[in-house]
Amino acid sequence: MNTALSWIKAYVPGLSCTDQEYFDAMTLSGTKVEGMKRLDKNLEKIVIGQIVTIEKHPDADKLIVCQVDVGTETIQIVTGAPNVKEGDKVPVVLDGGKVAGSAHGDGTLPEDGIVIKAGKLRGVSSAGMMCSIEELGSDRSMYPDAPEYGIYIFPEDARVGADAVEAMGLRDTVFEYEITSNRVDCYSVLGIAREAAATFGQPFEMPVVEIKEEQGDVSEYVSVEVQDKDLCMRYCGRVCTDIRIAPSPKWMQRRLAASGIRPINNLVDITNYVMEEYGQPMHAYDLDTIAGHKIVVRRAKEGDVFRTLDGQERNLDSDVLMICDGEKEIGIAGIMGGENSMITDSVKTVLFEAATFDGANIRKSAKRIGLRTEASGKFEKGLDPRNAQAAIDRACQLIEELGCGRVVRGMAEDGIAPAPLVEIPFEPERINRFLGTEIPAAAMLDIFRRLELVYEEEKQVLVIPSFRQDLTGFADIAEEVARFYGYDKIPATLPCGEATTGKLPLKLRIEEKARDMAEHWGFSQGMSYSFESPRVFDKLMIPADSELRRTVTISNPLGEDFSIMRTTPLNGILTSLAVNYNRRNKNVRLYELGNIYLPHQLPVTELPDERMQFTLGMYGEGDFFTMKGVVEEFFTSVGMRAGTVYDPDGGKPFLHPGRQALIRYQDRVVGYLGELHPQTAESYGIGTRVYLAVLDMPEVVKSATFDRKYVGIAKYPAVVRDLSMVVPKAVLAGQIEAIIRQRCGKLLESCHLFDLYEGAQIREGFKSMAYSVTFRAADRTLEDADISAVMKKLLNGLEGLGIELRQ
Amino acid sequence: MKEKLEQIREEALRQIGEAGTPEALNEVRVAFLGKKGSLTTVLKSMKDVAPEERPKVGQLVNEARAEIESALESAKLKMERAIMEKRLEAEVIDVTLPAQKNPMGHRHPNTIVLEEVERIFIGMGYEVVEGPEVERDYYNFEAMNIPADHPARDEQDTFYVNGDILLRTQTSPVQARVMEQGKLPIRMVAPGRVFRSDEVDATHSPSFHQIEGLVVDKNITFADLKGTLAEFAKELFGADTKVKFRPHHFPFTEPSAEVDVSCFKCKGAGCRFCKGSGWIEILGCGMVHPHVFEMCGIDPAKYTGFAFGIGLERISLLKYEIDDMRLLYENDIRFLNQF
Repeated sequence: MNTALSWIKAYVPGLSCTDQEYFDAMTLSGTKVEGMKRLDKNLEKIVIGQIVTIEKHPDADKLIVCQVDVGTETIQIVTGAPNVKEGDKVPVVLDGGKVAGSAHGDGTLPEDGIVIKAGKLRGVSSAGMMCSIEELGSDRSMYPDAPEYGIYIFPEDARVGADAVEAMGLRDTVFEYEITSNRVDCYSVLGIAREAAATFGQPFEMPVVEIKEEQGDVSEYVSVEVQDKDLCMRYCGRVCTDIRIAPSPKWMQRRLAASGIRPINNLVDITNYVMEEYGQPMHAYDLDTIAGHKIVVRRAKEGDVFRTLDGQERNLDSDVLMICDGEKEIGIAGIMGGENSMITDSVKTVLFEAATFDGANIRKSAKRIGLRTEASGKFEKGLDPRNAQAAIDRACQLIEELGCGRVVRGMAEDGIAPAPLVEIPFEPERINRFLGTEIPAAAMLDIFRRLELVYEEEKQVLVIPSFRQDLTGFADIAEEVARFYGYDKIPATLPCGEATTGKLPLKLRIEEKARDMAEHWGFSQGMSYSFESPRVFDKLMIPADSELRRTVTISNPLGEDFSIMRTTPLNGILTSLAVNYNRRNKNVRLYELGNIYLPHQLPVTELPDERMQFTLGMYGEGDFFTMKGVVEEFFTSVGMRAGTVYDPDGGKPFLHPGRQALIRYQDRVVGYLGELHPQTAESYGIGTRVYLAVLDMPEVVKSATFDRKYVGIAKYPAVVRDLSMVVPKAVLAGQIEAIIRQRCGKLLESCHLFDLYEGAQIREGFKSMAYSVTFRAADRTLEDADISAVMKKLLNGLEGLGIELRQ
Repeated sequence: MKEKLEQIREEALRQIGEAGTPEALNEVRVAFLGKKGSLTTVLKSMKDVAPEERPKVGQLVNEARAEIESALESAKLKMERAIMEKRLEAEVIDVTLPAQKNPMGHRHPNTIVLEEVERIFIGMGYEVVEGPEVERDYYNFEAMNIPADHPARDEQDTFYVNGDILLRTQTSPVQARVMEQGKLPIRMVAPGRVFRSDEVDATHSPSFHQIEGLVVDKNITFADLKGTLAEFAKELFGADTKVKFRPHHFPFTEPSAEVDVSCFKCKGAGCRFCKGSGWIEILGCGMVHPHVFEMCGIDPAKYTGFAFGIGLERISLLKYEIDDMRLLYENDIRFLNQF
C-alpha cells in the first residue's frame, strides 16, 4: 500500500518527524515500511514564472524566445515547446537547478537528475528552462490536466515567483507499506494514520463527515434486499442525484496519484478515494439502469454467464454471490460490476454501494472465476461491517463538497445485526509473565487508550473496537503491549527450567559420515529437485510395468518437467554430471543425499515412504572399483564391517549389463552400483563412462553402528601362503574368496588378490589369478602341520570350481 | 715389553689414520684387537711376565687397548658423519615443486550453513528432528492456525498432490508433529526441504530449505525468544552482531517478529548486501499461538513457547555472496569446489 505522508498527517496533525524517523518508528511498531520516495527528488530551483512576451527565434523555425517573469527578475528562455502563449504561468528551472527527467521521459528517471545551466540555443542566450510534466518526474496519467506535448501550465491564480514544486503538490514523500494479512484495517489511510498516532503518541482525528443539504428520501429511489445473508452481512446503498461529471480537485488528484491511482473524474475519484481512505471498496451504479429500482443480493444460478464491465464473459456457479436488480444480475458481489449497469458520463443519478461480504467466499469465487480485483483483495480479508456505513456517508459528503451532485437523505440497507464488540480480560501480570517484562498496568492502559481499546474497570475487560478484528485473545493483547512498549525494550534472556540434551539422531549422524566419506574420496555435494518429469523413466530405460513408474504426482505442478516426485535419485545426479560434462569440467565426482518418494498405494491416500538416498556419480579418473572402494570405506566407517556381497545380477536397465552389482549386506539389499549403460549416457549427452552408486539409507541405518570393540593385537606370527591359480573365466573372485573364507575357517586372517591376468600365456577360457592368504592363531604360533591341513581343504574346494594351481 | 707395546700402539694409530673405508677400519680392529690380533697376542704372553711385573704390564696393555679402541671409535664416527653428509647433499630436493594432492570433495554451501546452525542449537540443548516433505494439509496449515480459505494460504503458493496431501510449504508442520507426541519440555530444530510454486529465477526456487525451531516449557517468555535468537545470531555471524526484532504477523505465533541482524558484510555501515540499510532480515519468529497449542493437545494456560523459522538459502546466498540462486541446484563443480 502506497500513501503520501501528507495524507497521513491530515489525520495526525501533531505528527512532526523526518522521513527516516517515520520510516523507522512505524516499522518498529509493526507497520512495516518497505520503501519511501520523495516526490521532489532532484527538483531544485524551480519557481512559477509568467511568460511576458514571446518572439520568434532569429535562426530556428521551431524555437521561440520568451521573456519570463520569475518574481525577482525577468529572464530570457528559449524553448521549442509549441503550447505556450503570453500570460501563461509555468514551472521554470533557474540556472543551476535540477529536473528529475527528460522532456518526453521513457519512464525511467536518472538517479541524480538533470542539471540545467544557462547557455545559448542557436546563438540566443537562455537563462533557464520551462518544464513539462515528464521533466518534473511524473506523467499525464497522474496529471490529467497536463498538455500532451509541451510545458505544464498552472491555473491563473498561481503566484509568480512561488515554489513551483510545492504548488504541484510534490513536496511530499510516498511511503510504501507491507501490511500483514491480519491487519485488514491498515489497508486504509485511516488505519495507518491510527497506527502512526499511537506510535508517536499524537492525537488521531477522524475526518468530520457532515452532509449539509439532504433532500428527498432514499426509499423513493431504491430498495435493498439481501437474500443470502450468510454471504452478505451488510449491504448499504445511498443515492445522489443531479450528478455533474467533472475533474476532481487537485488535492484529491494528488493524493490518489501518490497512491498510484490515476485520477479519472470526480465520481470515480470519490469511490477510489474512499476505498483508500476507509479501506472499504465502493461501487457506483447508474440508478437509471437498475430495473425496478431494486437491489437483490443472492447467489448466482449454476451455469449463469455474466459479462463484467471489462467486457469479459464470466461463468458462474451457485457459490458466487451476485448483485441483482429487479430483473437481472448487475454485478459480481465484491469482485466486479457488470457491463449492463456501467456508469457513463451521461449519468444523472448514482446509487453507491458499500457492503460487507464473506471473505472466504469472495476469495474462492475470485479464484474460480479467475478474476482478482483491488476490491476482491480487500473483501477477502473480511471487512468490518460497521465500516460500510461510515464509508458510504463519507462518499456522499464528498459528492456534496466537490459539487458533484446532491445527496438523498437516508440509507437503504439490509443484512444481519453486527456482532457485539469483543471483550478480552485485562491481565497485566500475565502479560508481564508472558513477555518477560515489568511494564506497569497504567502504561499498558495508556497503550490501549491510544489504540481505541476501551477499558471497563469494573469488569476488568478491554472492549475491542470493531475495526480491530485481529484482536481475539490474550496473546493478541500481549502483542499490542509488546509492540508499543517497544520490542527493543523487552529484555533478552535465556530459557530456564529443565535442562535438555542436544541431540543429533543416528540417521543424521550417518548422513554426516556419508558426507565426510564422499568428500574424502573427492566427491562434492550436489542438490537437485525432488520433482521431475515423468519422461525421466524413458531416459533411464525403466520398463513400463516397473514399480518406479508409480509416482506421487503433483496436481498443480510448475509444468510437466516438475510434475512427479522422484522415485529414483538418478536423474538428479545424471543431469548434474551432464551439466559438468557439457561445460567441459574434467574428472567430476558428485554425491547427493536426498529423498525419494515411494507411494504406498495409488491414488495416494497416505503419506508416501520418504527414503533418503546416498547417491554417488562420477566420470573421468577412476572406474567401477573406485566406486566400490567408496562404498566399502563408507560401510566400514559406519560399523558395517562384515558380510557385504556384490551380486552381479543387478537387473538395472540403466546400467551396463556386465558391470553392475546389487549390494547386499547381511542378506539385505542396501543399494547398487555400476557403470551407466552407454545408451543412457547418450540420452543424457554424456560421452564418457559414468559410474554410479546408490545406497538406500534406511537399510544402511538398520545395520550401522558407531559402537566399537577393541580386539587384542596379534601376539603370534602370521604365516603367508601365495596361491597362483588358473581359473575358468566364468568363476568370480567373490566365489573364490567365499571358498577361502569357508575352508580356512578361524585360522584365516585375510586374503587378497595380488595378480589378475588374462591373455596369451593362459589358455582360452581361463584366467590367471594370484591370492595372498594370511593365517594366524590368536593363542599360539602356527606350525607347518596346521597350514598343510587347511591348505589341503582349501585346494579341494578350489578344484571344485575347476581351478588348477600353477606351479 | 714396554717398547713392544709402544710399537703396537703407534702402528695401530697409523693404520687407523690411513684407513679410508669402514671395512678397512674393521680390518685394523681385527689385526690389533681381534682374537689373533697383535695386542691380544701380547696379553696372551702375560704368563711369561714375572708375577710382580704383571699388574704394571697389564695396565700398560689396557691403556694401549683403550687408546686404540677410542681412536677406532672416533675414526668410525668421523667416517659415518662424512657418509651421512654426502648422502644428504645428494638428496637435496626442490621444495617448490608442486605438492602431491589428494583432492577432497566439497560440501554444498547450504550444508555448511545448516551444520553450523545445528551445532549452535545442539550446544543449547536442542534436538534435531525431521518431518515428512510430502505432508498433510492438516499439519502444514490447519494445525498451524491457517484454516481453509485463510488469506495466508495465498501467500504460500502450494503444490498439492490432492485435497489432503501437499508438498509442505514450510517446516512449521514439524512443530505440530513434535508437540502432538506430548513429550515436554521441547527444544528442537527441524531442518528440511520446503516447496512453493515459484518459477525458477535468480532469487526464487520452487524448492528450498528452512530450519524450524521450537521451545515449549513452563514460563517461556518473549524475552527468552529474544535472548535465544540474539545468542544464535552472535554465534553464527560473530560476537559483535546486533539483532533487531520487528513486529510482524504469522498465523501460528502471537506476538510475532521478523529478526534483522546488523549486516555481517559491512558491520552495519550500509552496503549492497543490506541494500544500504545496515540490516539483513534473517528469520521470522514468535510466541506459539494458543490455538496451535490447543490443536496439539497442550494447555496454553500452563505452557508457553516460542518458534522460529530460518531460510537456509537466504543465509548461504548472503554469507558466500552468491548472486544467483540457480547456482545452488546446478551442481557445477567449479561452483561447489569453492566451499
